[in-house]
Amino acid sequence: MNAPDTKPLIQVSQLTREFDVSKPWLNRLLEREPKQFLRAVDNVHFTINKGETLALVGESGSGKSTIAKMLVGLLEPSVGSIVFDGQAMRTDTSADMQALRKRFQMIFQSPYASLNPRWKVGKVIAEPMTMLAVELSARQIQRRVDELLALVGLSAPDADKFPHEFSGGQRQRIAIARALSASPEFIVCDEPTSALDVSVQAQILNLMRDLQDKLGLTYLFISHDLSVVRHMANRIGVLYLGALVEIADSKTLFTHPVHPYTRMLLDAVPDLSMSGRERKRVEGEIPNPINPPAGCTFHPRCPFANSRCKSEVPQLKTYGTGVASCHAVEEGRID
Amino acid sequence: MSQVVTFLTSEFFYKFRRSPVAVVAFIVALLMAIAAIFAPLLATQNPFDPGSLNLMNGFSIPGEPNQFTGETFVLGTDDQGRDVYSTILYGLRISLFVGFSAVMFAMILGATLGLVAGYTGGRIDSIIMRIADIQLTFPAILVALLIFGIAKGITPPSYRDEVAIWVLIIAIGLSDWVQFARVVRGATLVERNKEYVQAARLIGRKPMGIMIKHILPNTLGPVLVIATISLALAIIAEATLSFLGVGAPPTQPSLGTLIRVGQGFLFSGEYWILLYPAATLLVLALSVNLLGDWLRDALNPKLK
Amino acid sequence: MTTPVLSVRDLVVEFPTRHGPLTAISGVSFDLAAGEILGVVGESGAGKSLTGSAIIGLLDPPGRVVSGEIWLQGVRIDQLRGEDMRVLRGRQVGMVFQDPLTSLNPLYTIAQQLIETIRAHLKVSASDARKRAIKLLDDVGIPAASRRIDDYPHQFSGGMRQRVVIALALSAEPALVIADEPTTALDVSVQAQIIEVLKEQCTQRGASIMLITHDMGVIAEAADRVAVMYAGRIAEIGPVKDIIQNALHPYTAGLMGSIPSLTQEENRLVQIPGAMPRLADMPSGCAFHPRCERVFEHCKRHRPELISVGTHEVSCWLYKEAGGEATTP
Repeated sequence: MNAPDTKPLIQVSQLTREFDVSKPWLNRLLEREPKQFLRAVDNVHFTINKGETLALVGESGSGKSTIAKMLVGLLEPSVGSIVFDGQAMRTDTSADMQALRKRFQMIFQSPYASLNPRWKVGKVIAEPMTMLAVELSARQIQRRVDELLALVGLSAPDADKFPHEFSGGQRQRIAIARALSASPEFIVCDEPTSALDVSVQAQILNLMRDLQDKLGLTYLFISHDLSVVRHMANRIGVLYLGALVEIADSKTLFTHPVHPYTRMLLDAVPDLSMSGRERKRVEGEIPNPINPPAGCTFHPRCPFANSRCKSEVPQLKTYGTGVASCHAVEEGRID
Repeated sequence: MSQVVTFLTSEFFYKFRRSPVAVVAFIVALLMAIAAIFAPLLATQNPFDPGSLNLMNGFSIPGEPNQFTGETFVLGTDDQGRDVYSTILYGLRISLFVGFSAVMFAMILGATLGLVAGYTGGRIDSIIMRIADIQLTFPAILVALLIFGIAKGITPPSYRDEVAIWVLIIAIGLSDWVQFARVVRGATLVERNKEYVQAARLIGRKPMGIMIKHILPNTLGPVLVIATISLALAIIAEATLSFLGVGAPPTQPSLGTLIRVGQGFLFSGEYWILLYPAATLLVLALSVNLLGDWLRDALNPKLK
Repeated sequence: MTTPVLSVRDLVVEFPTRHGPLTAISGVSFDLAAGEILGVVGESGAGKSLTGSAIIGLLDPPGRVVSGEIWLQGVRIDQLRGEDMRVLRGRQVGMVFQDPLTSLNPLYTIAQQLIETIRAHLKVSASDARKRAIKLLDDVGIPAASRRIDDYPHQFSGGMRQRVVIALALSAEPALVIADEPTTALDVSVQAQIIEVLKEQCTQRGASIMLITHDMGVIAEAADRVAVMYAGRIAEIGPVKDIIQNALHPYTAGLMGSIPSLTQEENRLVQIPGAMPRLADMPSGCAFHPRCERVFEHCKRHRPELISVGTHEVSCWLYKEAGGEATTP
């Protein structure tokens, strides 16, 4: 992987998103229930530097998909801001936002639902250009579509086919071609290989890394699969119930995880190399995000929890080259 | 050319070929459509041009030479000397024209409202769906009668006959849009959450563009099925209204009007004036209906 | 040598289509010993789930078993129909599927479902059945089992539901449990728990497990032996550690290489070009030959059979019976 620049391309501060999941008004009236809110993302801060790959890792309910959507302007944050190269991210379609939209893109999880089944592949790939790069002529667009198809390992005649004529891996290549068509700098990858077979995943991950080297792309890579993330990312952020519990360099996270949840997650991942490492038994399940535990949301499952953990929310503090939010680490109770 | 070849070798066409019901229904419906389109060429006379009629030909028995003029009419004549065969052809024209137009109208209106309701959600969705629900509480025929009555009230008498066909189309169309709206709304709700729609929003496409270019093409499958079955129902609805006297006028009669006229002669022995138009209506409605049923099963992925 | 719990010989499964029959499984043979956990791993389209369905007689029509033998505890079962198959399915074979929401009937309590199954296959009274059911739930790790047994499936979380499904599968004390992607729909931290429960409870009760999954990690954790399937056939079968560390078949080697490692930095993942062939476009000879780095002429024309090479069985022309490399041209 290339050594990244130190100028932050993306700055995310105090990012929070709540959803109103209350029952309909009439039901609430009759059942005398209060409104209910789901805090999917809770006060998240991070930066992404130009040229690097930041991964966000988490299980269900961690908020990683919600963060992805906010980063590309598909969802409004409830609180907080996202700044892209000095410009604030918004969800409207004004002229300056359209100019900004040219600079970022997204690759989605499902190769089946992310391409319109009624559109020909060429049209799918050209769409970002027709919307955002209006100065290009039809001929130029056509030529660029052919270039992109070749770049992702497909061929020019494929532009006249429909998505259903391709396999899952090939569709994801088409999705990548689409993401690259308006020449963005930053791509959010939301579980791009989770729906693919292992051998196909290898092809796609290799392709993504090659493209990053070739085109100088910056990635935000979202996944639940720690081994994939290790392979792809420079830095990794670990999410639990909407909050960032740790951010660290890729290597450091796996060799010296700090937060108890990170340790638990690493212990839970099956060991293919069968090194016979000592593993702790994993406790409990992810709680209901509508009514999260008080204080540190991880405390019911944490072997190091004390009374402070049950009432006070921990803050992100620096440890070595990374950050983590844990009272036990702060108090020096864990090594 | 290659698109034709692709179609002919497709799974869909294979299923079609293998179903005798579908093939027969399609051929019959097609023949009737052709007959309707080429009615002026196929008919022996224009039965609604009073100048071409000969009253002496009235009540000719089908297949037998007329006792006064010696002319033979394959399906007989009515009281005014109109050749029943020709009246059926022209009546078929009106029936099919009204049926198609009404379904087109219902489809465009319903699909638009369904698309907007499904994509926008919120208040607009609620309002549209409540209007739809309210309309469904009234039987379609009553809605059509109501509209017809209003139209009659506001049109000067001399124009009534001319306008009748259009009022008929609007009346039947307005009574039928709800099912299109519901189906399109359902499909829209499903498509709206798919990632290709998110991808389109991501590049700043406006909601109108997304609805028309992305979502609409994906809702057309079920719409086609409903449209076909609706056509059969529209044809019958039109016949019913005309039979009741509030549809196509005798100067531009549809099959329904012919049935109404023919009914008066049934018990005096001139059965053919009723029988043949009625049989034609039956065959038409049946074949379109069967075609619609087959289409629904063929396009249903779960029945594989 | 004791009779294996499950013995499959030359199983062939076809799907008739208008273009002719498509062979989804073409000659699969393996044994499952008592108390053993056999992993069946493969990518989508390899036919692993179909193998499981064929064994318990739950193939979706028009798919059907065309030839081959399936022996369960020494009794031949592939010819069984209807009622006989149904009795067998509950009593001797338990099933754990991927989605706990569809494995459990949402309209009945856990108690009702467990007790019904127990009483259908074992001659016990209602109160005994309930006691057994509570013990089962306890064994699979459901806290406060005697109270929770009267809850409905939707009142349990995903991981808990899957534990209930395991309990249900074990309720009639089967000799064989077929688990088809039991952890795929669960979070990583829960997957490990479920695999542990499955292993523990089956071993305790002496039940063998046929563990079908695409996830090699799950196999590494749980299985004793593993069969790697490709395009409807078994490419390689052998002890898990041997297969992972010393894969013989080029496909298996490629598969192991394409899984990113948790412990090592890699620059590039091993990449097998192309994709698994569709049933309608099966290559001649060895189904893997178009994608194989070590292919030679013989592979293109002749289909290899499973032969023993050391602790493995492999179907590849690179190898010869009784160990060692084959005399390849």
